[in-house]
Amino acid sequence: MIAALELKGLSKSFGALRANDDIDLSIREHECHAIIGPNGAGKSTLIGLLTGEILPDRGQVLLFGEDITHWSVPRRALAGLGRSFQITQIVPGFSALDNVALAVQGRSGHSFQFVADARADMRLRAPAIEALEQVGLSARADVMSEILSHGERRQLELAMALALKPRVLLLDEPMAGMGPQESALMVQRLIALKGQVTIVLIEHDMDVVFALADRVSVLVAGQVLTSGTPDEVRADRRVRAAYLGGEVA
Amino acid sequence: MMRQRGLFVLLLLAFIAVPFIAGALGNTYMITMATRVLICAMVAVSLDLLVGWGGLVSFGHAAFFGLGGYVVAIAATHATQGGDIFGWGGTNEALIAWPLAMLVSAGAALVIGALSLRTSGVYFIMITLAFAQMLYFVFVALKVYGGDDGLSMTSRNLLAGARITDARSFYWICLILLAVVVALVGRLLNARFGLVLRGAKASERRMAALGFPVYRYRLVAFVIAGAIAGLAGALWANLGRFAAPDMLSWLRSGEFLVMVILGGSASLLGPVLGAAVFLILETQLAAHTEHWQVIFGPLVVLAALYMPMGLWGYVRGRSS
Repeated sequence: MIAALELKGLSKSFGALRANDDIDLSIREHECHAIIGPNGAGKSTLIGLLTGEILPDRGQVLLFGEDITHWSVPRRALAGLGRSFQITQIVPGFSALDNVALAVQGRSGHSFQFVADARADMRLRAPAIEALEQVGLSARADVMSEILSHGERRQLELAMALALKPRVLLLDEPMAGMGPQESALMVQRLIALKGQVTIVLIEHDMDVVFALADRVSVLVAGQVLTSGTPDEVRADRRVRAAYLGGEVA
Repeated sequence: MMRQRGLFVLLLLAFIAVPFIAGALGNTYMITMATRVLICAMVAVSLDLLVGWGGLVSFGHAAFFGLGGYVVAIAATHATQGGDIFGWGGTNEALIAWPLAMLVSAGAALVIGALSLRTSGVYFIMITLAFAQMLYFVFVALKVYGGDDGLSMTSRNLLAGARITDARSFYWICLILLAVVVALVGRLLNARFGLVLRGAKASERRMAALGFPVYRYRLVAFVIAGAIAGLAGALWANLGRFAAPDMLSWLRSGEFLVMVILGGSASLLGPVLGAAVFLILETQLAAHTEHWQVIFGPLVVLAALYMPMGLWGYVRGRSS
């Protein structure tokens, strides 16, 4: 079976720092694959390499077998690589629904349309409402995005990524800054997504990772230390030494 | 939104009233003055498309304004005095010259925009300024077309063969064209294209991650803004029957930016208000002292400090 996302010998250095060093990783279709690692392990660089914001020095990125190593960010997005941002990226002055409609607009052909009112276009609005329902934010559809609470903005962030109808969904710390209750709700929503879309999850919270992930890869000093099921990773002595420390006793 | 409509109607009525008031007062200069406001408002609206809505602070917008002016002046010169440019004998017909001015300005905007938009922030400001200054010096050095003395037109363009020497008719033409520009830009801002442009101002990364090649959308906005400024330049050259290098100078670009910011960026009609207040203040102050900038400068600073949303934001806040 072709991997949803495959990284082959991916390397990126910033000066003398090897941020990502010869990374091989295979992410299966429909799995939820968590990538964990201590600060400075190279997670941010890896996300950059996957989304196309950073280009590698060496190596390849394959999306369902297609070489996308040198593709631009928007081209990857249209090919089915959706993402959420660690620091919420929404458009202020636009309602929650406007924001999600923009994501629908992204996947529905070019936007060189200059006259028709896009906010009256049901081809954009209907799928956007659907995505808001999916993340439980439809009651707040007409609220200006800058007025939403932090937790709601995180939901909006997810709705925008989902509205792109991605084949692979890259979630960059989706719980960042959330309280325990909001966080638990978000985990429920992500569990509901499992099996429908391939998820690559970057997350600090170990409880979240072990609740969601089918497999876990551990990144240490720019290299993949190990990959396996949550239980295997949890039991790995090297992982415990390098990262988990006394947390999982 | 309703309030926006109300203010729009009010502004339009004020502009419609101008020729009648001027007629009653027997003051023809007032019409010329108001025509200047209309033309500068057109440039300011186009510049705001970039600055206010797109987050792209262009410091070279006068280049497209000046190019438009030179296109009609050069075309008229050849039509009346002979000679040719690239084998073309020129024209004095507005229906040909004005669209041509827009086309030439759009072409220049395509080239300048394609290069400038690869940068951002302060670099974008500097590179647009540099391109405009380059064009400024081209026209200063172009002795065939008057060099730094500028280029006079013996008469205004003909509109579908009809003369428009009368100040009033020319005013109406400018008002109609400004209304059309404002209406089209207003539509564009709420169409798919406009939403992408506005989204990219808030977060370029997000828009790229949603599949939008942001650069292309910005370039098209830059070309549209350039074309509108070119049309305004063509009108300006017709108003004074004169095109000069100072139309392209960085001082002009700065003035247009002040109009946008004074009026209120990202507000569609704010720039119109900004252009009106700017030009009225300028003439009123200049009538009293040649050092009018000593008074005008601090006023602009105060406006920037106490009206961050510009005059338009202030008026709208008051009327609510």
